Amino acid sequence: MRQFVARRLGYSLLSLLVLSLTIFFFVRVTGDPAALLVEPGASDEDIAAIHHKFGLDQPLWAQYGLFMMSLARGDFGQSFYYQTPVLDLYLDRLPNSLLLALVAMAFSLLVGIPTGILAAVRVGRFWDSAGKLFALLGLSLPSFFVGLVLILVFSVYLGWLPSSGSGGVLHILMPAFALGWYFAAAHMRLTRSSMLEVLGSEYVKLARLKGLPQSWVIGKHAFKNALIPVVTLAGINLVLMINVAVVVETVFAWPGVGRLLYEGISFRDFPVVQGIVIMGGTMIVVVNLVVDVVYAVIDPRIRLEK
Amino acid sequence: MSMSSETIVLPPSVSSRPAAIGLGDLPIIPVIILATIAFMAIFADVLAPHNPEVGSLTARFHPPFWQAGGNIDHLLGTDQLGRDVLSRLIFGARVSMVVGFTAVIFAGVVGTVLGILAGYLGGWVDQLIMRITDAWLALPALTFAIFLAAIVGPSMWNIVIILGLVYWTRYARVVRGEVLSLKEREFVRLAIVAGCSKMTIMRRHILPNVVNSAIVLATLMLGVVIVTEASLSFLGVGVPPPQPAWGLMLSDGKQGLMVGYWWLTVLPGCCIMLMVLSANLLGDWLRVKLDPQLRQL
Repeated sequence: MRQFVARRLGYSLLSLLVLSLTIFFFVRVTGDPAALLVEPGASDEDIAAIHHKFGLDQPLWAQYGLFMMSLARGDFGQSFYYQTPVLDLYLDRLPNSLLLALVAMAFSLLVGIPTGILAAVRVGRFWDSAGKLFALLGLSLPSFFVGLVLILVFSVYLGWLPSSGSGGVLHILMPAFALGWYFAAAHMRLTRSSMLEVLGSEYVKLARLKGLPQSWVIGKHAFKNALIPVVTLAGINLVLMINVAVVVETVFAWPGVGRLLYEGISFRDFPVVQGIVIMGGTMIVVVNLVVDVVYAVIDPRIRLEK
Repeated sequence: MSMSSETIVLPPSVSSRPAAIGLGDLPIIPVIILATIAFMAIFADVLAPHNPEVGSLTARFHPPFWQAGGNIDHLLGTDQLGRDVLSRLIFGARVSMVVGFTAVIFAGVVGTVLGILAGYLGGWVDQLIMRITDAWLALPALTFAIFLAAIVGPSMWNIVIILGLVYWTRYARVVRGEVLSLKEREFVRLAIVAGCSKMTIMRRHILPNVVNSAIVLATLMLGVVIVTEASLSFLGVGVPPPQPAWGLMLSDGKQGLMVGYWWLTVLPGCCIMLMVLSANLLGDWLRVKLDPQLRQL
C-alpha cells in the first residue's frame, strides 16, 4: 500500500514537473517573455527592468529555478489590471466557481442518474434511444449556445430570470444549467453502462432468482453498486467544472475563476492567464491522485496490480 | 524490405488493406449536412450574396426577411455593422471547415507518429512521450488553448497549431495502447525474424493497423475541435475580426440579444450545432464500422 501511494505520488510530481516545464517553455520559446510580462505600451526601460527582475538575462536553467521558486512560495506574479497578486484574485473568485460547480453538479446528477438507470433497465427500447439522443445533444451543444438560448428564452422573452451577474438564487439557475448540461450527458452514459454491467452480475441474478420484485432488485441491489463509478467521475468532474466554466461564466457574467480568465485575456493580463492555467493543471493532477489512492484503499486488486 | 514480403506470406486476416466498408447504413442526414457545409465552404465566393466583411451602417440590425422590417436583399438579416448574416454564415463555414479539418489532421499525424514511437520503441522514448501526454491531458483543453492563444496571438493558422498542440495527446494515448498489443502479434514477430528494421516495421506493419482507429478518433475529435475553435473565437482569442467565424458572430451577437435580435446568435449557433452533431453521428457510425475494439469507449 505504502509502495503504491509512493509510486503514484511520484507520478503526480513528475506530471507537475512536466507541466511547469511546458508552461515555462511555451512562454519563453515564443519570443521575448518580457513582451508578455510588461503592460502593453511599456517603455524600453520598463522592459529592461522586467528582464532584470525576472532574471531573463540569466541562462535558461537559472530562469526555470527562479520560476519554480516563486511558484513554491505561492507567488504567481502581479496582475497588471488589478495591481494585486494573482493568487489573491484567484482565491477571491474560487468560492463563486465552486458554488456554480456544485449547483451544476447537483443538476447533472439529478438528470443523469435517473435517465441512465431508465436507459439501462429498458435497454434497446424507447427510453434507451431517448437517452442516447439526449446524451448526443448534451455532447454536441456548445455551452455558450445553450447559455445564449436560455437568456433569449428566460430573460428576454419570458423575463423570468436575470440574464447576468450573481447575488440571488435566481442568478445561478441558468449558468448552472448551461454548465451542467454537458456533464449530465456524461453522467447518464456512465450510469447506463455501469448499471448494465451490474445488472449482468451474479448477485443481481441471485436476487432475481430469489424472486425479489424488479424495483427491489434495481433499487437495493443494483443501484448502489452501479453508483460507485458515477460518484468517482462526479468528484473529478466537479474539479473539471471549476476549470472549464470560462465560457459559461463569460456568457452570464458570473464572477468566478472562468470570468477572471476571460478578463485576463481581454485586458492582456498575462500573469492572470498563466496563474489560472497552473492552478487548473495542478488541481486536476491532485484530484486524480486522490481518486487513485482512495480506490486503492477500497479495492486491494488495484494496489496489488503492477 | 522487399525480401520480407517475398519470404513471408501474411495470412489474409492481417493484411494491411483497410477493411471494406459497407455503405448500406451510412447515416445519410449527417453526411448531407456535412456535405452542404463543405459545399458552402468551397464555393463561398460564388454563393454569398454580399461581401461578408463589409457592411453598411445604414442597414444595421435588419431582421430575417420573414419578420416585419426584413427584406429579400438580406435573407437572414444584418448584424451590428450592417453586414449580411447569410454571407457571413457561408464564409464562416469555410473558417470552421478549414480550422476543423487541418487541426484534426495535424493533431492526428503528430499523435499517431508519437503514439507509434512510444508504443513500439518503449523504454525512455515511451517514458518521455507518455509523461508529456499524461501531463498535458491534465490541463483542461480550453484553458490550455486560451493560454497558448494568449502567448502567440490570434490568427486562423495559429488557432490550427494551438488546437493541434492541445489535442494530439488524445491520439497518442489510444494509438500507443493499440501498438502495445500489435507488437505481440505473429506478423510483427515474423517481420522481426525476417530482418526488417524498426523503421520498416513501424511504417509497413504497425501504421496500417492503427490508421483505422486514428480515423475514427479524428472524426469524433472534429466536433470537439470545432466547438473549441468556436469557444476561442467567442472569447476573443480565436479567429480575429472581421473574418466571419461562427463563434465570433455569436460573441458579437450577444450584445443584441437583450433587445431581441435573436438571429445574430441563434443562426450561427445552429450552424455550429448541426456541424458538431453531424460529425459526432458520423464518428459513431465509423467507430462501429471500422473499429470493433473502440465500441466500448
